Amino acid sequence: MATTSILKTFTLWELLKGMGVTLRSLFRPKVTVNYPEEKAPQSVRFRGLHALRRYPNGEERCIACKLCEAACPALAITIDSDVAADGTRRTTRYDIDLFKCIYCGFCEEACPVDAIVETRIHEYHMEAPGENIMTKDKLLAVGDRYQAMINADKAADARYR
Amino acid sequence: MTLASIWQALPWYLQSTAMILLVTVVLILSVAYLTLWERKLIGWMQLRRGPNRVLLFGIPGTRYIGQPFADVVKLLLKEIVVPAQANRGLFRIAPAITLIPAFAVWAIVPVAPQYAIANVDAGLLYVLALTSVGVYGVILAGWSSNSKYAFLGAMRSAAQIVAYEIAMGFALVGVLMASGSLNLGQIVQKQAGGFFLLHWNLLWLFPLFVVYFISAVAETNRAPFDVAEGESEIVAGFHVDYAGMGFALFFLGEYANMILVSALTSVFFVGGWLSPFTFAADNPIWHVPVLGTLLGDGTHWLVAKMFFFLCVYLWIRATFPRYRYDQIMRLGWKVLIPVTIVWIFVEGVFAWFHVGPWQGMR
Repeated sequence: MATTSILKTFTLWELLKGMGVTLRSLFRPKVTVNYPEEKAPQSVRFRGLHALRRYPNGEERCIACKLCEAACPALAITIDSDVAADGTRRTTRYDIDLFKCIYCGFCEEACPVDAIVETRIHEYHMEAPGENIMTKDKLLAVGDRYQAMINADKAADARYR
Repeated sequence: MTLASIWQALPWYLQSTAMILLVTVVLILSVAYLTLWERKLIGWMQLRRGPNRVLLFGIPGTRYIGQPFADVVKLLLKEIVVPAQANRGLFRIAPAITLIPAFAVWAIVPVAPQYAIANVDAGLLYVLALTSVGVYGVILAGWSSNSKYAFLGAMRSAAQIVAYEIAMGFALVGVLMASGSLNLGQIVQKQAGGFFLLHWNLLWLFPLFVVYFISAVAETNRAPFDVAEGESEIVAGFHVDYAGMGFALFFLGEYANMILVSALTSVFFVGGWLSPFTFAADNPIWHVPVLGTLLGDGTHWLVAKMFFFLCVYLWIRATFPRYRYDQIMRLGWKVLIPVTIVWIFVEGVFAWFHVGPWQGMR
């Protein structure tokens, strides 16, 4: 017993075993994803940049119920509301501070009309102070631009909601 | 032929200068590509791909070949910050002091059959002396930065290098006993002939070889003995306060030292530029044009052996976690030094009874 342990110590047995592990992994396939060219698979539930959606007839979904504002744990959402020209209740201001947002998705879950959603867009950046505030216009623009993708994602996930 | 005759006609000092330039340029390029190779190899061992972006001068298809040059340009363009309370003179020369010995030792390394820039008879002493000077760079850097982190890193490094210098020195005493000469060229010559493994110092001095290699890793402050720059405790150790080219010089020095130590290991233990196939010197295969040159003695064997040891260095870094400081000290003083002393005694017994390489010795 003691002899084998002495033998192991002086032949550096354990160390050589460890080096064997690294030698084997040297020849194993590499797991790195070459990011800009290759991308890791993404779930339809991915929570990235926010968007405000519209109904197919072009009407805003948001009814300024402020449930998302209440649900937001990071207090990232600020909403002001007023009566619009057609007599409906609408937001006059809908700001999301992307620096405060923790991308938890509670706003999306709280929304009774599926107006605010988090899209799978995660490759965005800010270049100047203030660009971190997503105003209502910017959010609606994101919603309009990626309408097809958002609808497809929501449809794919609808079964589990 | 004309080129060779022009070379022969040159005075010795021009020949030496040309060789010094050649060795220095090759070394600096090797250091540059060693950093890249390290990042690639360790990447592969950790199932990553390593750097794979920078093209060489934008030539398509030269993925990652340009990485070292990109690194150098980046470091050159950075500002050199000298801390307000630092000792400016020492702070500036410290990186050079770590770098210069690593290059200077190459003067006596037998780089080709029967050739070294300087054929010094006390070569081994020169090696020991100059590698010890390298420590001053580390100590001065830590001291002159006037930072507690740098100071602690320098102290650790100094104590560690002193401890391992002894084990290294004893291991080299073994080499000295085996070859009967302090001249590096003669140490290589002594290992010539015979079936390859049987005639290299590697076989008869195997414990000393292991001790020497471990001490060399510790001497160059490489993982797993890199407590001098333990990130979690003292940020970057002795070079915390260095930026830009000052830092790059330390980096260059560390890698140049690695290359040097690999070269010395090859020279002392595995026969330097000797080919492992010289056991049949009259074999007609030596007269085949290319194959004969490849299998015969030559610089390429030294390079191949150095490359192997450098890979082992990187392999060790990819494998082992950092030793604790007291473990390093215990290993140095209580394990490596006794092992070398015991093996020197065993060697003495061998030599007395004329076993192994000591057969013809009197």
